[in-house]
Amino acid sequence: MTTEAIAPPVVVPGRAIKSELMRQRARAARWFLVPMMIALAVVAGWPLLRSIWFSFTDASLTNLVGANFVGFNNYLRWTTLASGRTVFQGLLVDPAWWNAVWNTLRFAVTSVFFEALFGMAVALVLNAEFKGRGIVRAAILIPWAIPTVVSAKMWSWMLNDQFGILNDLGMRLGLLSQKVAWTASPETAMTAVLVVDIWKTTPFMALLILAGLQMIPKDIYEAAEIDGVHPVKQFFKITLPLVRPALMVAIIFRLLDAMRIFDLIYVLTPNSVATKTMSVLARENLFDFDKFAYGSAQATLLFLIIAGMTILYIWLGKVRFDGGDR
Amino acid sequence: MVGTFDLWGLTKTVLFYALVVFIVVVSVFPFYYAILTSFKTGTDLFRVTYWPTSFSWENYLSVLSQGSFPRNLWNSIFVASVTVILALFIAITAAFALSRVRFRGRGLLLMTILGISMFPQIAVLAGLFEVVRFLGIYNTPWALIFSYTIFTLPFTVWVLTTFMRDLPIEIEEAAIVDGATPWVIITRVFMPLMWPALVTTGLLAFIAAWNEFLFALTFTSSNLTRTVPVAIALLSGGSQYEIPWGIIMAASVIVTVPLVVLVLIFQRKIVSGLTAGGVKG
Repeated sequence: MTTEAIAPPVVVPGRAIKSELMRQRARAARWFLVPMMIALAVVAGWPLLRSIWFSFTDASLTNLVGANFVGFNNYLRWTTLASGRTVFQGLLVDPAWWNAVWNTLRFAVTSVFFEALFGMAVALVLNAEFKGRGIVRAAILIPWAIPTVVSAKMWSWMLNDQFGILNDLGMRLGLLSQKVAWTASPETAMTAVLVVDIWKTTPFMALLILAGLQMIPKDIYEAAEIDGVHPVKQFFKITLPLVRPALMVAIIFRLLDAMRIFDLIYVLTPNSVATKTMSVLARENLFDFDKFAYGSAQATLLFLIIAGMTILYIWLGKVRFDGGDR
Repeated sequence: MVGTFDLWGLTKTVLFYALVVFIVVVSVFPFYYAILTSFKTGTDLFRVTYWPTSFSWENYLSVLSQGSFPRNLWNSIFVASVTVILALFIAITAAFALSRVRFRGRGLLLMTILGISMFPQIAVLAGLFEVVRFLGIYNTPWALIFSYTIFTLPFTVWVLTTFMRDLPIEIEEAAIVDGATPWVIITRVFMPLMWPALVTTGLLAFIAAWNEFLFALTFTSSNLTRTVPVAIALLSGGSQYEIPWGIIMAASVIVTVPLVVLVLIFQRKIVSGLTAGGVKG
């Protein structure tokens, strides 16, 4: 009886000490987070807000501080002429902008599609056991390690219309009847950009998919083997469903990344209307054409598109966690 | 029967290895061809060859002796190193708080950090330009160190958080029993265990900073302050129509070789770091 009577009071201070410790840790945690939050606020939060603000002003490169608020004029404004006709102006009716949107979407979807396809193939190869696997893994890391600007230059040399090795190879193999100005002609410029991006980014995709493949337990395949399931069927019925979460994450990451492409296109196909993406167009307006406010509006719209995609992804991700898998 | 079965098996093996060879050749060829070109000079440059035919260091000598390329190289090393050190320094305490301590709003904060790493850089370019000019660091390496934080910091915080989450709780409890404060736990207990993760994260952040182009193009305006990617992108010859391909390829090889060597040495770590940053998201 006595021990039982004493016991509870002993627990209470214990709990108090523990929660005091937790409080102390939470306090320390808050201080530990302060430098990061200040850094992110200064370098990301504030500049983002200012960019959005500029898109509602008439700011120019030389006059940022004295910019006046002009409402939605950069996005859309209209004037009614004496004849009664209404003329719309601004970003939302600018064909150059919609061309850039279309280019960006076309680039993002096509490149990520092929990267996923080839990435899956490379990952399946790397997941098999064979002699020289280490060499293959080292080799595919090379495109990933090469700076984008450098790979753009390497490929623009290889794609050179007169002295490029790819034209030479194509002619030798009889695939091309004449030399092609890959990066300069509007019909092939996008293909050139896609080829370089797919070459450079497939390794990343392959490594992410490979990580997913390696988490699939081997005995599932052994069981399928015993049941005499054809390897192709094994791929579609076992591998693909099980690797899908990893694959989807990789695809979404790459899609968001591809939407903001800038450097490859800026270096490989400068000034080509056929490949100009939202980022390239926005920077051009911001710093080359001195249409700072207009460029800010384009940057803001691109941000909204990517933010929307991110939110959609998180939302869809939640749905998947609640419903399907488990 | 046995004969045909073997033939099928052999065909499969041959096809598989053909695929393997194809993957390796496609991956390595552009880099190989850049090296090949970088050793060519004069009219040799404009003769397409698949194997090394001539060998000359001339392009390397001219890229390293003329112009501002050595300075650009130094700028890149300086900017990338300082960026990484700063990011790791800020990230390690933040990662401790995010991975080991429960507090309200942790999930939201992690989501925000992930969101920032998905930011299109162009969206902050106008605002950053204003801040950079306000701080008086336009056209200095500090403008780049400052702006690169936007992608190195979220990345390092995210990867270190996933790594620290996996450290056993017992180590920390033992330290708490001994009366260690959170600061002591980080510096004395976790840091020694974290070296591999710090090296990996640091290396990946270094590569990202080394390769960055948009901010470097926008926030520097003279040959002496440029980093290597911008210098290579803007390398031009005597006239508009005369592109010095040999020199461009030599510069490209100089910039790429250290990265390729680093990546090959730290292969395994890099792969695990990449997947921690990606898949576990």
